[in-house]
Amino acid sequence: MNDRPAKAQWYRALEEKQGKAEQQKIAAASVAVCGCGGLGSNIAVNLARAGVGRLILIDFDKVELGNMHRQQYKFDQIGEYKAEALKANLGEIAPYVDVVAHVVRLDEENVLSLIDDADIVCEAFDRAENKAMLVNTVLEQRPRKYIVAASGMAGDGPANEIRSRRLGKRFYLCGDGHSDVEDENCLLPSRVQLCAAHQAHAVLRIILEQFDV
Amino acid sequence: MVKINGKEEDAAGISVAQYLENLGCDAGRVAVEINEEILPKKEYAATILKENDSVEIVRFVGGG
Repeated sequence: MNDRPAKAQWYRALEEKQGKAEQQKIAAASVAVCGCGGLGSNIAVNLARAGVGRLILIDFDKVELGNMHRQQYKFDQIGEYKAEALKANLGEIAPYVDVVAHVVRLDEENVLSLIDDADIVCEAFDRAENKAMLVNTVLEQRPRKYIVAASGMAGDGPANEIRSRRLGKRFYLCGDGHSDVEDENCLLPSRVQLCAAHQAHAVLRIILEQFDV
Repeated sequence: MVKINGKEEDAAGISVAQYLENLGCDAGRVAVEINEEILPKKEYAATILKENDSVEIVRFVGGG
């Protein structure tokens, strides 16, 4: 195995790609990823590669065969907890990111304590009720945090229907707004990744104090 | 008129809870912002839409 580059070397390489002042902001940021499925695992990989300083991964579920086509796991990880498996994968992709994994089902009771270290919260759940719970709880009770949520990425609709909107000062929403996984008979990895990339990009722009979409 | 999701609607005077019910909308799957501020769920029934309010109703759909 080759010698692993030191953290300072990695940061220099990131500065060359992303800019020095920008990199310092990204490295200082803490982001919570709530749900580590098709959205969350792809968001986390993007943010880890960009050098976000701290990632908090939250998911209660285990990796299944049906997840493999759109989620950032490996066949050998089937059966492992997603939050822990994703932490292991990020450790290979970007070993100097501080990653915390919580294997827990988020609810109104535990959510605030789990996300309190984060500047920005990514809503990456599957179920509409859970999405609404997280968005409402964060915006009502933690008005200084940003939330980047998603709604509508199922189906085989056009890529360009997936978009980002800023709906409030600290509320961003990505997706096509209507393609429900319950109604659509397909879920394509590319379309889910488009939405995840929108979310990751919104997060990075917030970190860089670029608040429009 | 009240601006709801970008469209002018004659909805002034009714509550947010009533508006959602008229839409057939499950309040457990929505987030409502009025003039860019989140409306707490417990205030849906008592909040009456006013002339010139700008309202965003996000109806979440599943998938992720």
